[in-house]
Amino acid sequence: MGAGAMFLPDFSLFGRSVDAAELLNPGPDAAFKKQLADVALTAAKAKGASYADVRIGRYLNQFIITRENRVQNIANGESYGVGIRVIANGSWGFAASNEVTKEAIAKTAERAVAVAKANARIMTQPVQLAPQKGYGEVSWKTPIVTNAFEVPIKEKVDLLLAANALAMAGGANFVNSQILAINEQKYFASTDGSYIDQDIHRLFPSFNVTKVDRNSGKFETRKALSSPVGMGYEYLSATDADKVGGVVTRYKNRYDLMEDMKNATAEVTQKISAKSVEPGKYDLILDPSHLWLTIHESVAHPTELDRVLGYEANYAGTSFLTLDKLHSKNFQFGSKLVNIVADKKQTGSLGAVGYDDEGVATKTWDIIKDGVLVNFQAIRDQAHILGMKESHGCCYAQSWNDVQFQRMPNISLQAGKTPLSVDDMIKNTEKGIYIIGDGSFSIDQQRYNFQFGGQTFYEIKNGRIAGMLKDVAYQANTREFWNSCTAIADEKDYRLGGAFNDGKGQPGQSNAVSHGSSTTRFDGVNVINTARKI
Amino acid sequence: MAILTKEEAKALLAKVMAFSKAEECEARLSGSEQGNIRYALNAVSTAGDVSTLSLFVSSTYGKKTASASINEFDDASLEKVVRRAEELARLAPDNPERMPALGPQDIKDNPAQFINSTAALTPEKRAEMVGQSIKAAKEAKLEAAGFLVNTSGFSAMMNSKGLYAYDKSTNVNFSVTTRNADGTGSGYAAKGFNDVNKMDTLAATKVAASKANGSVGAKAIEPGKYTVILEPLAAAYIMENMFGGFDARSADEGRNYMSKPGGANRLGEQLFDEKVNIYSDPFHPDLPGSTWTGEGQPVNKMHWVEKGVVKNLGYSRYWAQRKNVAAVPGPSNIIMDGTNASLEDLIKGTEKGILVSRFWYIRLVDAQSMLLTGLTRDGTYYIENGQIKYPIKNMRFNESPVIMLNNVDALGRQERTIGTESGRSLLIPAMRIRDFTFTSLSDAV
Repeated sequence: MGAGAMFLPDFSLFGRSVDAAELLNPGPDAAFKKQLADVALTAAKAKGASYADVRIGRYLNQFIITRENRVQNIANGESYGVGIRVIANGSWGFAASNEVTKEAIAKTAERAVAVAKANARIMTQPVQLAPQKGYGEVSWKTPIVTNAFEVPIKEKVDLLLAANALAMAGGANFVNSQILAINEQKYFASTDGSYIDQDIHRLFPSFNVTKVDRNSGKFETRKALSSPVGMGYEYLSATDADKVGGVVTRYKNRYDLMEDMKNATAEVTQKISAKSVEPGKYDLILDPSHLWLTIHESVAHPTELDRVLGYEANYAGTSFLTLDKLHSKNFQFGSKLVNIVADKKQTGSLGAVGYDDEGVATKTWDIIKDGVLVNFQAIRDQAHILGMKESHGCCYAQSWNDVQFQRMPNISLQAGKTPLSVDDMIKNTEKGIYIIGDGSFSIDQQRYNFQFGGQTFYEIKNGRIAGMLKDVAYQANTREFWNSCTAIADEKDYRLGGAFNDGKGQPGQSNAVSHGSSTTRFDGVNVINTARKI
Repeated sequence: MAILTKEEAKALLAKVMAFSKAEECEARLSGSEQGNIRYALNAVSTAGDVSTLSLFVSSTYGKKTASASINEFDDASLEKVVRRAEELARLAPDNPERMPALGPQDIKDNPAQFINSTAALTPEKRAEMVGQSIKAAKEAKLEAAGFLVNTSGFSAMMNSKGLYAYDKSTNVNFSVTTRNADGTGSGYAAKGFNDVNKMDTLAATKVAASKANGSVGAKAIEPGKYTVILEPLAAAYIMENMFGGFDARSADEGRNYMSKPGGANRLGEQLFDEKVNIYSDPFHPDLPGSTWTGEGQPVNKMHWVEKGVVKNLGYSRYWAQRKNVAAVPGPSNIIMDGTNASLEDLIKGTEKGILVSRFWYIRLVDAQSMLLTGLTRDGTYYIENGQIKYPIKNMRFNESPVIMLNNVDALGRQERTIGTESGRSLLIPAMRIRDFTFTSLSDAV
């Protein structure tokens, strides 16, 4: 397969557009890509493929990394090439090349067919591909306001260094901050008759503040409460309407990096002298900035069909959610309040695209309904296993030179259906801990037993916040935990969290995914104290 | 094409240097050829070959530095990437920590890293090796999922002060998970070598199969503090998390477990049990490694822990200058001394304890104490009066490798094993540890 292409796009530090911007032009460029795609499809069919798809991809990224008063790194990357996947003699084959010429594409298609035919010789069951109608020539673009790649680097550097200065002036000892921007320009075509041109944008500004108490030798950190998003640079232009008040300001659709840095600096100082938690059972009130990761590990991963079937047994793991539990139609995954939805369309989310990487228009579907397991996540060659006639549209490859496979869509907990504020939830809690931000995380290979930390922890006593705690982690069994869910705040509190780097597969691939929720309460969860002395 | 010889790489990098107009220029060239095969449910699922060749150019004016990369190698492309790095460098803010490039260094070759037979592994041979694994799993009435990957690669660097370094290496990694049909037993094995002739997928799968069938009927025991015997695979995964802490700057800044109250670091302190000896050595015949760092510093044998005392910490060139000490590259390959005791000897000498075959999903809980959490899996057994009595259900631990290496009761024989998440090879003995902390039970198999 082809070489990974990484080179610097032609744009200056002060914001001239990348030369790759030509690819954003949907006119002649899309027409040219269609010609290239047709070469691949024709060559694959001529060699005996019963199905073929081709992805011509240009992947741009930009990192700006700072520490205290200096820039540590500015890195721009670009990867361009073509990946071709075929079915021949009933088996999959894949090949890729960084040479995007008609001749090289034809040869790559032939290699893909040869690989498929070789794999067919040791095949146990032929691929059963769910039917998919062709869409003709269509396009989709992340609805951004400002392309992060067109914002001058100086503006980004100035923002990060100004935020760092705020932390240092506020008494922090160290601060790291960074902005990461991603742009996937993907052209997909298949023998089903689809020619899909997509332009996908993602952004992740973040930081970490450290406070050291030299005398005691103790130190604490506080991460940013930002989220990676499927948005442009406008994410960094929060208004008051985007802010959620309370013990600390959190953010809905857009983010105020300067304000959060100021708050983090104050909180990291508080953390140093916070009370160490008394281990025991607590009612946990989990903010969406924290709960997204618990949803990711305990709901999203165990409902991936390839895990359920055993295809990830040697790497990502299997799942306690088996097919018989789905078919029983009465497996009570969580309490009746728990409604979990899979989604590839939500605006601003990392998973949002118009079409997945095997040409299926994206959709939304139920995973857990009124607490009961009702579905998994499946792509075209898995749909038949669930008795479905079409894919869920959640197939993804991290780059042109990686083969696409089933990846997690956004998996989100639906907001409470009856009006409930976080303040009222706290008022109704006698002995609890309110957790904000994601921290340490670990879960077993079948997704039963997990442990999570957080960024900040507030003790709740008799319906009131009694002060900050530290050294907190909670352990639970997934099903017991979700069945202990007793309250979910309404949609006014609903927010997204997420990650750029969800890993699966061998060789490993990364997937970007969001998880939404409102603040949620879980009763009687086991909390441990994590402080140790060396 | 992806594996250039020392002479070919030197000629290409010299051409890059000739294009440079910056005060300093540094270029790094690397390439690899990787073949892989993946299987699950006793059948091959995917297979592939990936070839990469990349050039990174870093240009400097005073304290201003920037870099650019490319994967095209005609003269026009080489000049283009140099000009891009120079353009970015002129516009970059000053980095006060920027250190000048090194001049020529005394870097030794290490030919033991590259084994021709590993580089020559064909898709057919990979399929045959996986076929043996699947056969062993079927014979044990188990389903196997696994991954075999071989890589050959080279790295070269040159700078405008006359430094040139080159090395090439091969590696082959294999891992397999075997499970029974009703999901009540699971076993695992993983191995990594430079030389494919040392890789026995059949023997490894038999070990995994034995663990899988031996883990059926696991009983629950109460979580708490137990004496544990960690097989090398388990010990390697928990220990490799701690080596990032051997960094003088983080320690001096007060933000890792090597920091001491009052501002000093723990260099010279007895931090571990006196049985603990850990070092790096790129010339160790069983774990050959690279002999130079990304900055072109030579890497030689370096002791990190001797008889439990912290003997060295890594000093970056910048931090070494600030502290007026010699720069020390951080831990490269990890080698921990063992004894002649076999795993069976360790079990025989255990009154009550737990044998841990493997850990899973280890994550940092608290950087202050290096507290980690994770779980046992793929064969966890209760030991009583020197014998394995029965398999037990998996448990979550919360433990620090720093505390763990203070509680070393006995060490076993050193073995080349791999970090199951990083995929890198280490030389680590089995170890018997007192008071290892388990905090909850898991239903996972």
